[in-house]
Amino acid sequence: MPERIIVPFGPQHPVLPEPIHVDLVLEDEKVVEAIPSIGYIHRGLEQLVQKREYTEYVYVAERICGICSFIHALCYSQGIEHIMGIEVPDRARYLRTIWSECSRLHSHLLWLGLFADSMGFENLFMRSWQLRESVLDVLEDTTGGRVIQGTCKVGGVRRDIGQEKLDEMHRELDPFEKQCRDLGDVFLNDETVKYRLQGLGVITKDEAYALGAVGPTARGSGVAIDHRDTGYAAYGDLGFKPVVETAGDCYARCAVRVKEVYASIDLIRQAISEMPEGPIDVKVKGTPDGEYFSRAEQPRGEVIHYLRGDGSKHLARARIRTPTLANIPPLVKMLPGAQLADVPVVVLSIDPCISCTER
Amino acid sequence: MSIFQMTKTVLRNLAGGPATRQYPAVPARRCPITRGHVVFDPATCRSCGLCSRRCPCEAIRLDKEAKVWEIDRMRCIACGDCVEGCPFGSLTMEPDYFPPVVEHVTERYTITYVKPEKPAKKPVEESVKEEGVGESA
Repeated sequence: MPERIIVPFGPQHPVLPEPIHVDLVLEDEKVVEAIPSIGYIHRGLEQLVQKREYTEYVYVAERICGICSFIHALCYSQGIEHIMGIEVPDRARYLRTIWSECSRLHSHLLWLGLFADSMGFENLFMRSWQLRESVLDVLEDTTGGRVIQGTCKVGGVRRDIGQEKLDEMHRELDPFEKQCRDLGDVFLNDETVKYRLQGLGVITKDEAYALGAVGPTARGSGVAIDHRDTGYAAYGDLGFKPVVETAGDCYARCAVRVKEVYASIDLIRQAISEMPEGPIDVKVKGTPDGEYFSRAEQPRGEVIHYLRGDGSKHLARARIRTPTLANIPPLVKMLPGAQLADVPVVVLSIDPCISCTER
Repeated sequence: MSIFQMTKTVLRNLAGGPATRQYPAVPARRCPITRGHVVFDPATCRSCGLCSRRCPCEAIRLDKEAKVWEIDRMRCIACGDCVEGCPFGSLTMEPDYFPPVVEHVTERYTITYVKPEKPAKKPVEESVKEEGVGESA
Protein backbone atom coordinates (compact mmCIF):
# COMPACT_ATOMS: atom_id res chain seq x y z
CA MET A 1 0.00 0.00 0.00
CA PRO A 2 1.50 3.36 -0.96
CA GLU A 3 2.31 5.86 1.72
CA ARG A 4 -0.30 8.55 2.37
CA ILE A 5 0.74 12.18 2.35
CA ILE A 6 -1.24 15.37 2.92
CA VAL A 7 -0.82 18.23 0.45
CA PRO A 8 -2.38 21.58 1.32
CA PHE A 9 -4.29 23.17 -1.58
CA GLY A 10 -4.90 26.89 -1.09
CA PRO A 11 -5.76 29.30 0.45
CA GLN A 12 -3.29 30.94 -1.96
CA HIS A 13 -3.20 29.09 -5.26
CA PRO A 14 -2.81 30.38 -8.84
CA VAL A 15 -6.23 29.11 -9.96
CA LEU A 16 -8.13 30.33 -6.92
CA PRO A 17 -9.49 33.86 -7.18
CA GLU A 18 -10.47 33.68 -3.52
CA PRO A 19 -9.09 31.85 -0.49
CA ILE A 20 -10.36 28.35 0.29
CA HIS A 21 -8.20 25.70 1.86
CA VAL A 22 -8.44 21.99 1.06
CA ASP A 23 -6.22 19.36 2.65
CA LEU A 24 -5.68 16.66 0.03
CA VAL A 25 -4.82 13.19 1.28
CA LEU A 26 -2.82 11.55 -1.51
CA GLU A 27 -1.70 8.06 -2.36
CA ASP A 28 1.05 8.67 -4.90
CA GLU A 29 -0.60 11.28 -7.15
CA LYS A 30 -4.15 10.15 -6.52
CA VAL A 31 -6.49 11.97 -4.14
CA VAL A 32 -8.15 9.66 -1.63
CA GLU A 33 -9.71 12.25 0.64
CA ALA A 34 -10.30 15.97 0.69
CA ILE A 35 -10.84 18.00 3.86
CA PRO A 36 -12.02 21.57 3.21
CA SER A 37 -11.73 24.45 5.64
CA ILE A 38 -13.21 27.88 5.16
CA GLY A 39 -13.26 31.07 7.17
CA TYR A 40 -10.53 33.26 5.72
CA ILE A 41 -12.69 36.22 4.74
CA HIS A 42 -15.58 36.30 7.17
CA ARG A 43 -16.84 39.88 7.45
CA GLY A 44 -19.89 39.59 9.70
CA LEU A 45 -22.34 41.03 7.18
CA GLU A 46 -25.31 39.18 8.69
CA GLN A 47 -24.78 40.92 12.04
CA LEU A 48 -24.67 44.27 10.28
CA VAL A 49 -28.39 43.94 9.55
CA GLN A 50 -29.06 45.02 13.14
CA LYS A 51 -27.14 48.26 12.67
CA ARG A 52 -28.37 49.38 9.25
CA GLU A 53 -31.90 50.38 8.33
CA TYR A 54 -33.70 47.76 6.27
CA THR A 55 -33.68 50.00 3.19
CA GLU A 56 -29.94 50.67 3.57
CA TYR A 57 -29.08 46.98 3.95
CA VAL A 58 -29.68 46.50 0.20
CA TYR A 59 -26.27 48.12 -0.35
CA VAL A 60 -24.66 45.70 2.11
CA ALA A 61 -26.45 42.70 0.58
CA GLU A 62 -25.18 43.79 -2.83
CA ARG A 63 -21.61 43.84 -1.56
CA ILE A 64 -21.67 40.27 -0.20
CA CYS A 65 -20.25 39.17 -3.53
CA GLY A 66 -18.73 41.07 -6.42
CA ILE A 67 -20.14 38.80 -9.12
CA CYS A 68 -23.71 37.97 -8.15
CA SER A 69 -24.13 41.39 -6.55
CA PHE A 70 -27.39 42.32 -8.27
CA ILE A 71 -29.07 39.01 -7.45
CA HIS A 72 -28.18 39.31 -3.75
CA ALA A 73 -29.84 42.74 -3.70
CA LEU A 74 -32.81 41.34 -5.64
CA CYS A 75 -33.23 38.41 -3.27
CA TYR A 76 -33.05 40.66 -0.20
CA SER A 77 -35.48 43.20 -1.70
CA GLN A 78 -37.96 40.47 -2.65
CA GLY A 79 -37.86 39.16 0.92
CA ILE A 80 -38.60 42.58 2.44
CA GLU A 81 -41.30 43.24 -0.20
CA HIS A 82 -42.97 39.95 0.70
CA ILE A 83 -42.92 40.70 4.44
CA MET A 84 -44.34 44.20 3.90
CA GLY A 85 -46.81 43.14 1.19
CA ILE A 86 -45.42 45.46 -1.46
CA GLU A 87 -46.42 44.85 -5.08
CA VAL A 88 -43.54 45.75 -7.42
CA PRO A 89 -44.52 47.43 -10.74
CA ASP A 90 -44.26 45.31 -13.89
CA ARG A 91 -41.54 47.41 -15.48
CA ALA A 92 -39.36 47.04 -12.40
CA ARG A 93 -39.80 43.25 -12.51
CA TYR A 94 -38.66 43.19 -16.14
CA LEU A 95 -35.71 45.50 -15.49
CA ARG A 96 -34.67 43.29 -12.57
CA THR A 97 -34.80 40.28 -14.88
CA ILE A 98 -32.63 41.98 -17.50
CA TRP A 99 -29.99 42.96 -14.95
CA SER A 100 -30.11 39.52 -13.31
CA GLU A 101 -29.48 37.87 -16.64
CA CYS A 102 -26.68 40.33 -17.48
CA SER A 103 -25.10 39.38 -14.13
CA ARG A 104 -25.44 35.71 -15.01
CA LEU A 105 -23.89 36.33 -18.43
CA HIS A 106 -20.86 38.12 -17.06
CA SER A 107 -20.46 35.62 -14.22
CA HIS A 108 -20.59 32.62 -16.55
CA LEU A 109 -18.19 34.24 -19.03
CA LEU A 110 -15.83 35.02 -16.16
CA TRP A 111 -16.07 31.43 -14.95
CA LEU A 112 -15.54 30.00 -18.46
CA GLY A 113 -12.37 32.08 -18.67
CA LEU A 114 -11.11 30.94 -15.26
CA PHE A 115 -11.97 27.36 -16.11
CA ALA A 116 -10.04 27.57 -19.40
CA ASP A 117 -7.17 29.05 -17.40
CA SER A 118 -7.26 26.11 -14.94
CA MET A 119 -7.03 23.73 -17.91
CA GLY A 120 -4.09 25.71 -19.28
CA PHE A 121 -6.00 27.04 -22.30
CA GLU A 122 -4.84 30.67 -21.99
CA ASN A 123 -6.11 31.75 -25.37
CA LEU A 124 -9.67 30.72 -24.53
CA PHE A 125 -9.38 32.44 -21.15
CA MET A 126 -8.57 35.78 -22.80
CA ARG A 127 -11.34 35.35 -25.36
CA SER A 128 -13.97 34.67 -22.65
CA TRP A 129 -12.96 37.74 -20.72
CA GLN A 130 -13.00 39.83 -23.87
CA LEU A 131 -16.66 38.91 -24.36
CA ARG A 132 -17.40 39.53 -20.69
CA GLU A 133 -16.12 43.08 -21.07
CA SER A 134 -18.93 43.95 -23.48
CA VAL A 135 -21.52 42.74 -20.91
CA LEU A 136 -19.85 44.89 -18.24
CA ASP A 137 -20.03 47.89 -20.59
CA VAL A 138 -23.79 47.37 -20.98
CA LEU A 139 -24.17 47.13 -17.20
CA GLU A 140 -22.19 50.34 -16.73
CA ASP A 141 -24.23 52.14 -19.38
CA THR A 142 -27.54 51.12 -17.83
CA THR A 143 -26.83 51.13 -14.09
CA GLY A 144 -23.75 53.29 -13.53
CA GLY A 145 -21.65 50.45 -12.07
CA ARG A 146 -19.72 47.63 -13.69
CA VAL A 147 -19.97 45.01 -10.95
CA ILE A 148 -21.84 46.75 -8.12
CA GLN A 149 -24.95 47.87 -9.96
CA GLY A 150 -26.72 49.56 -7.05
CA THR A 151 -30.03 49.79 -8.90
CA CYS A 152 -32.19 47.41 -6.91
CA LYS A 153 -34.09 48.76 -3.94
CA VAL A 154 -36.99 47.75 -1.76
CA GLY A 155 -40.10 48.57 -3.80
CA GLY A 156 -38.65 48.51 -7.30
CA VAL A 157 -35.53 49.73 -9.06
CA ARG A 158 -33.66 53.03 -8.80
CA ARG A 159 -32.97 53.60 -12.46
CA ASP A 160 -34.87 53.08 -15.71
CA ILE A 161 -33.44 52.05 -19.08
CA GLY A 162 -34.58 54.36 -21.89
CA GLN A 163 -36.24 52.92 -25.00
CA GLU A 164 -33.28 54.03 -27.13
CA LYS A 165 -30.82 52.05 -25.00
CA LEU A 166 -33.15 49.02 -24.95
CA ASP A 167 -33.30 49.06 -28.76
CA GLU A 168 -29.52 49.35 -28.94
CA MET A 169 -29.12 46.40 -26.55
CA HIS A 170 -31.56 44.38 -28.65
CA ARG A 171 -29.58 45.14 -31.82
CA GLU A 172 -26.26 44.21 -30.18
CA LEU A 173 -27.56 40.87 -28.88
CA ASP A 174 -27.40 39.11 -32.27
CA PRO A 175 -23.69 39.71 -32.99
CA PHE A 176 -22.93 39.06 -29.31
CA GLU A 177 -24.75 35.72 -29.42
CA LYS A 178 -22.79 34.73 -32.52
CA GLN A 179 -19.51 35.45 -30.71
CA CYS A 180 -20.70 33.52 -27.66
CA ARG A 181 -21.63 30.54 -29.81
CA ASP A 182 -18.16 30.57 -31.39
CA LEU A 183 -16.70 30.56 -27.89
CA GLY A 184 -19.13 27.89 -26.66
CA ASP A 185 -18.28 25.64 -29.60
CA VAL A 186 -14.68 25.47 -28.40
CA PHE A 187 -15.77 24.43 -24.90
CA LEU A 188 -18.31 21.91 -26.16
CA ASN A 189 -16.63 20.41 -29.24
CA ASP A 190 -12.87 20.82 -28.98
CA GLU A 191 -11.15 17.44 -28.58
CA THR A 192 -8.47 18.70 -26.19
CA VAL A 193 -11.06 20.26 -23.86
CA LYS A 194 -13.19 17.10 -23.97
CA TYR A 195 -10.17 14.91 -23.28
CA ARG A 196 -9.31 17.02 -20.24
CA LEU A 197 -12.84 17.21 -18.77
CA GLN A 198 -14.86 14.14 -19.60
CA GLY A 199 -15.14 11.59 -16.80
CA LEU A 200 -13.43 13.94 -14.33
CA GLY A 201 -14.97 14.72 -10.92
CA VAL A 202 -18.09 12.62 -11.49
CA ILE A 203 -21.03 12.96 -9.14
CA THR A 204 -24.20 10.99 -9.79
CA LYS A 205 -27.73 12.35 -9.77
CA ASP A 206 -28.63 10.68 -6.46
CA GLU A 207 -25.42 11.84 -4.77
CA ALA A 208 -25.90 15.40 -6.02
CA TYR A 209 -29.45 15.44 -4.70
CA ALA A 210 -28.56 13.83 -1.36
CA LEU A 211 -25.63 16.18 -0.76
CA GLY A 212 -27.78 19.23 -1.51
CA ALA A 213 -26.01 20.44 -4.64
CA VAL A 214 -27.51 23.53 -6.26
CA GLY A 215 -27.19 25.40 -9.54
CA PRO A 216 -25.05 24.13 -12.44
CA THR A 217 -23.41 21.54 -10.14
CA ALA A 218 -26.80 19.88 -9.61
CA ARG A 219 -28.04 20.46 -13.17
CA GLY A 220 -24.83 18.95 -14.59
CA SER A 221 -25.76 15.72 -12.79
CA GLY A 222 -29.31 15.68 -14.12
CA VAL A 223 -31.11 17.23 -11.14
CA ALA A 224 -33.45 19.77 -12.76
CA ILE A 225 -33.55 22.37 -9.99
CA ASP A 226 -33.51 25.99 -11.04
CA HIS A 227 -35.30 28.52 -8.91
CA ARG A 228 -36.09 30.65 -11.94
CA ASP A 229 -38.84 28.24 -13.01
CA THR A 230 -40.88 29.29 -9.96
CA GLY A 231 -41.36 32.54 -11.85
CA TYR A 232 -39.99 35.24 -9.53
CA ALA A 233 -39.29 38.71 -11.04
CA ALA A 234 -40.47 38.36 -14.66
CA TYR A 235 -39.28 34.78 -15.28
CA GLY A 236 -42.87 33.52 -15.04
CA ASP A 237 -43.83 35.58 -18.11
CA LEU A 238 -40.81 34.62 -20.20
CA GLY A 239 -41.20 30.86 -20.62
CA PHE A 240 -38.01 29.77 -18.91
CA LYS A 241 -36.73 26.18 -19.05
CA PRO A 242 -33.75 24.96 -16.99
CA VAL A 243 -30.67 23.63 -18.79
CA VAL A 244 -29.88 20.08 -17.68
CA GLU A 245 -27.02 17.70 -18.51
CA THR A 246 -26.79 14.16 -17.21
CA ALA A 247 -23.13 13.05 -17.21
CA GLY A 248 -22.26 14.68 -13.86
CA ASP A 249 -18.61 15.29 -14.76
CA CYS A 250 -16.65 18.54 -15.25
CA TYR A 251 -17.58 18.59 -18.93
CA ALA A 252 -21.32 18.42 -18.10
CA ARG A 253 -21.03 21.28 -15.59
CA CYS A 254 -19.15 23.32 -18.19
CA ALA A 255 -21.78 22.48 -20.84
CA VAL A 256 -24.59 23.62 -18.50
CA ARG A 257 -22.93 27.01 -18.09
CA VAL A 258 -22.22 27.42 -21.80
CA LYS A 259 -25.87 26.66 -22.61
CA GLU A 260 -27.05 28.96 -19.84
CA VAL A 261 -25.15 31.78 -21.55
CA TYR A 262 -27.28 31.17 -24.66
CA ALA A 263 -30.43 30.89 -22.49
CA SER A 264 -29.62 34.19 -20.74
CA ILE A 265 -29.23 35.96 -24.09
CA ASP A 266 -32.65 34.61 -25.10
CA LEU A 267 -34.22 35.76 -21.84
CA ILE A 268 -32.78 39.27 -22.21
CA ARG A 269 -34.04 39.44 -25.79
CA GLN A 270 -37.54 38.39 -24.71
CA ALA A 271 -37.59 40.74 -21.72
CA ILE A 272 -36.59 43.70 -23.92
CA SER A 273 -39.25 42.96 -26.53
CA GLU A 274 -42.01 42.43 -23.93
CA MET A 275 -40.96 45.33 -21.68
CA PRO A 276 -44.12 46.95 -20.23
CA GLU A 277 -44.51 50.70 -19.72
CA GLY A 278 -45.19 52.24 -16.36
CA PRO A 279 -43.57 53.29 -13.09
CA ILE A 280 -40.37 51.65 -11.86
CA ASP A 281 -40.94 51.82 -8.13
CA VAL A 282 -43.55 52.23 -5.42
CA LYS A 283 -43.25 54.27 -2.27
CA VAL A 284 -42.30 52.17 0.74
CA LYS A 285 -43.98 53.06 4.03
CA GLY A 286 -43.75 51.38 7.39
CA THR A 287 -41.35 48.81 8.73
CA PRO A 288 -41.10 45.05 8.17
CA ASP A 289 -42.77 42.88 10.79
CA GLY A 290 -42.60 39.18 10.08
CA GLU A 291 -40.26 36.63 8.61
CA TYR A 292 -39.63 35.15 5.18
CA PHE A 293 -37.30 32.81 3.33
CA SER A 294 -36.51 34.64 0.11
CA ARG A 295 -34.94 32.59 -2.69
CA ALA A 296 -33.40 33.51 -6.03
CA GLU A 297 -31.24 31.77 -8.61
CA GLN A 298 -27.70 33.06 -8.78
CA PRO A 299 -25.17 32.06 -11.46
CA ARG A 300 -23.82 29.50 -8.96
CA GLY A 301 -27.15 28.22 -7.74
CA GLU A 302 -29.93 29.02 -5.37
CA VAL A 303 -29.36 31.70 -2.73
CA ILE A 304 -31.55 31.95 0.35
CA HIS A 305 -32.01 35.08 2.43
CA TYR A 306 -33.86 34.43 5.68
CA LEU A 307 -35.11 37.77 7.01
CA ARG A 308 -36.95 38.51 10.22
CA GLY A 309 -38.25 41.94 11.14
CA ASP A 310 -39.69 42.93 14.51
CA GLY A 311 -41.51 46.08 13.47
CA SER A 312 -38.53 48.40 13.96
CA LYS A 313 -36.49 49.94 11.15
CA HIS A 314 -33.67 47.46 11.80
CA LEU A 315 -34.20 43.79 11.01
CA ALA A 316 -33.84 41.42 13.95
CA ARG A 317 -32.05 38.67 12.03
CA ALA A 318 -30.74 37.86 8.60
CA ARG A 319 -29.27 34.55 7.53
CA ILE A 320 -27.85 34.06 4.07
CA ARG A 321 -27.25 30.59 2.61
CA THR A 322 -25.17 31.04 -0.49
CA PRO A 323 -24.83 28.47 -3.30
CA THR A 324 -21.12 27.75 -2.82
CA LEU A 325 -21.70 26.66 0.78
CA ALA A 326 -24.22 24.11 -0.52
CA ASN A 327 -21.80 22.98 -3.21
CA ILE A 328 -18.84 22.24 -0.92
CA PRO A 329 -20.14 18.78 0.22
CA PRO A 330 -20.52 17.66 -3.44
CA LEU A 331 -16.99 18.99 -4.09
CA VAL A 332 -15.61 16.83 -1.26
CA LYS A 333 -17.36 13.88 -2.91
CA MET A 334 -15.94 14.73 -6.36
CA LEU A 335 -12.28 15.01 -5.41
CA PRO A 336 -11.39 11.43 -4.32
CA GLY A 337 -10.13 9.50 -7.32
CA ALA A 338 -8.84 12.55 -9.20
CA GLN A 339 -5.17 13.08 -9.94
CA LEU A 340 -3.39 15.92 -8.12
CA ALA A 341 -3.01 17.82 -11.41
CA ASP A 342 -6.79 17.65 -11.96
CA VAL A 343 -7.69 19.11 -8.55
CA PRO A 344 -7.71 22.77 -9.73
CA VAL A 345 -10.11 21.88 -12.56
CA VAL A 346 -12.45 19.94 -10.26
CA VAL A 347 -12.43 22.67 -7.59
CA LEU A 348 -13.21 25.34 -10.16
CA SER A 349 -15.98 23.24 -11.72
CA ILE A 350 -18.34 24.11 -8.82
CA ASP A 351 -17.55 27.82 -9.42
CA PRO A 352 -16.46 28.55 -5.85
CA CYS A 353 -17.32 32.02 -4.60
CA ILE A 354 -15.76 32.27 -1.19
CA SER A 355 -16.67 35.83 -0.27
CA CYS A 356 -20.30 34.75 -0.73
CA THR A 357 -19.81 31.63 1.36
CA GLU A 358 -18.26 33.37 4.33
CA ARG A 359 -20.18 36.66 4.14
CA MET B 1 -11.11 18.58 -37.33
CA SER B 2 -12.46 19.41 -33.91
CA ILE B 3 -8.97 19.80 -32.44
CA PHE B 4 -8.66 23.06 -34.40
CA GLN B 5 -11.94 24.53 -33.07
CA MET B 6 -10.15 27.60 -31.71
CA THR B 7 -8.12 28.26 -34.89
CA LYS B 8 -10.82 30.38 -36.53
CA THR B 9 -10.91 32.74 -33.54
CA VAL B 10 -7.12 32.82 -33.32
CA LEU B 11 -6.75 33.79 -36.98
CA ARG B 12 -9.44 36.46 -36.64
CA ASN B 13 -7.70 37.88 -33.58
CA LEU B 14 -4.34 37.93 -35.38
CA ALA B 15 -5.83 39.99 -38.19
CA GLY B 16 -8.02 42.15 -35.93
CA GLY B 17 -5.41 43.85 -33.75
CA PRO B 18 -5.50 44.16 -29.96
CA ALA B 19 -8.80 44.09 -28.07
CA THR B 20 -7.48 46.34 -25.32
CA ARG B 21 -7.00 50.07 -25.42
CA GLN B 22 -3.56 51.67 -25.51
CA TYR B 23 -4.23 53.53 -22.27
CA PRO B 24 -3.14 56.26 -21.39
CA ALA B 25 -2.42 57.24 -25.03
CA VAL B 26 -6.05 56.39 -25.80
CA PRO B 27 -8.40 57.64 -23.07
CA ALA B 28 -10.37 55.09 -21.05
CA ARG B 29 -14.02 54.40 -21.86
CA ARG B 30 -16.28 56.91 -20.18
CA CYS B 31 -19.92 56.53 -19.33
CA PRO B 32 -21.92 59.60 -18.27
CA ILE B 33 -23.92 57.80 -15.57
CA THR B 34 -20.98 56.06 -13.86
CA ARG B 35 -21.11 56.54 -10.11
CA GLY B 36 -17.64 57.99 -9.57
CA HIS B 37 -17.67 60.43 -6.68
CA VAL B 38 -20.04 62.83 -4.96
CA VAL B 39 -19.64 66.58 -5.47
CA PHE B 40 -21.03 69.03 -2.93
CA ASP B 41 -22.19 72.57 -3.64
CA PRO B 42 -21.94 74.63 -0.42
CA ALA B 43 -23.81 77.55 -1.98
CA THR B 44 -27.16 75.73 -2.22
CA CYS B 45 -27.11 73.43 0.85
CA ARG B 46 -29.78 74.36 3.40
CA SER B 47 -28.43 72.04 6.14
CA CYS B 48 -31.48 69.77 6.20
CA GLY B 49 -29.28 66.78 7.05
CA LEU B 50 -31.15 64.28 4.82
CA CYS B 51 -27.90 63.21 3.15
CA SER B 52 -26.18 62.27 6.40
CA ARG B 53 -29.30 60.42 7.59
CA ARG B 54 -29.61 58.46 4.33
CA CYS B 55 -25.94 57.57 3.96
CA PRO B 56 -25.66 53.80 4.56
CA CYS B 57 -21.99 53.95 5.55
CA GLU B 58 -22.02 57.09 7.72
CA ALA B 59 -19.59 58.89 5.44
CA ILE B 60 -21.38 62.25 5.57
CA ARG B 61 -21.43 64.42 8.68
CA LEU B 62 -23.25 67.67 9.06
CA ASP B 63 -22.74 70.20 11.81
CA LYS B 64 -25.72 72.54 11.62
CA GLU B 65 -24.38 74.96 14.23
CA ALA B 66 -20.94 75.41 12.68
CA LYS B 67 -22.39 75.12 9.14
CA VAL B 68 -19.84 72.47 8.25
CA TRP B 69 -20.50 69.61 5.82
CA GLU B 70 -17.98 66.76 5.82
CA ILE B 71 -17.52 63.73 3.62
CA ASP B 72 -15.17 60.88 4.45
CA ARG B 73 -13.94 59.75 1.04
CA MET B 74 -12.60 56.50 2.45
CA ARG B 75 -16.02 55.46 3.77
CA CYS B 76 -18.10 56.67 0.81
CA ILE B 77 -19.20 53.79 -1.44
CA ALA B 78 -20.62 56.10 -4.14
CA CYS B 79 -24.06 54.47 -3.97
CA GLY B 80 -25.73 57.75 -4.89
CA ASP B 81 -28.42 57.58 -2.21
CA CYS B 82 -27.56 61.07 -0.89
CA VAL B 83 -27.73 62.50 -4.42
CA GLU B 84 -31.21 61.00 -4.90
CA GLY B 85 -32.38 62.20 -1.51
CA CYS B 86 -31.12 65.81 -1.65
CA PRO B 87 -34.20 68.05 -2.09
CA PHE B 88 -32.14 71.12 -3.11
CA GLY B 89 -29.83 69.59 -5.72
CA SER B 90 -26.71 70.40 -3.73
CA LEU B 91 -25.21 66.98 -4.37
CA THR B 92 -24.26 65.61 -7.77
CA MET B 93 -22.57 62.43 -8.92
CA GLU B 94 -19.57 62.80 -11.20
CA PRO B 95 -18.45 59.91 -13.44
CA ASP B 96 -14.74 60.18 -12.58
CA TYR B 97 -13.44 57.92 -9.84
CA PHE B 98 -11.82 59.57 -6.86
CA PRO B 99 -8.03 59.42 -7.39
CA PRO B 100 -6.03 57.00 -5.22
CA VAL B 101 -4.48 58.60 -2.14
CA VAL B 102 -2.01 57.59 0.57
CA GLU B 103 -3.59 59.53 3.41
CA HIS B 104 -7.06 59.48 4.95
CA VAL B 105 -9.16 62.07 3.14
CA THR B 106 -11.99 63.92 4.85
CA GLU B 107 -13.26 66.86 2.87
CA ARG B 108 -14.74 69.77 4.84
CA TYR B 109 -16.93 72.44 3.36
CA THR B 110 -18.33 75.51 5.02
CA ILE B 111 -21.90 76.00 3.90
CA THR B 112 -22.24 79.43 2.31
CA TYR B 113 -25.97 79.32 1.63
CA VAL B 114 -27.66 82.50 2.77
CA LYS B 115 -31.40 82.52 3.23
CA PRO B 116 -32.80 84.94 0.64
CA GLU B 117 -34.54 87.97 2.11
CA LYS B 118 -37.44 88.21 -0.35
CA PRO B 119 -39.66 85.46 1.10
CA ALA B 120 -39.18 87.01 4.53
CA LYS B 121 -40.61 90.33 3.32
CA LYS B 122 -43.85 88.91 1.92
CA PRO B 123 -45.54 87.90 5.18
CA VAL B 124 -44.82 91.38 6.53
CA GLU B 125 -46.60 92.99 3.56
CA GLU B 126 -49.52 90.61 3.95
CA SER B 127 -49.85 91.34 7.63
CA VAL B 128 -49.82 95.07 6.90
CA LYS B 129 -52.59 94.56 4.34
CA GLU B 130 -54.61 92.49 6.78
CA GLU B 131 -54.31 95.21 9.37
CA GLY B 132 -55.48 97.72 6.80
CA VAL B 133 -58.53 95.61 5.94
CA GLY B 134 -59.29 95.26 9.62
CA GLU B 135 -59.21 99.04 10.12
CA SER B 136 -61.56 99.76 7.22
CA ALA B 137 -64.06 97.23 8.49
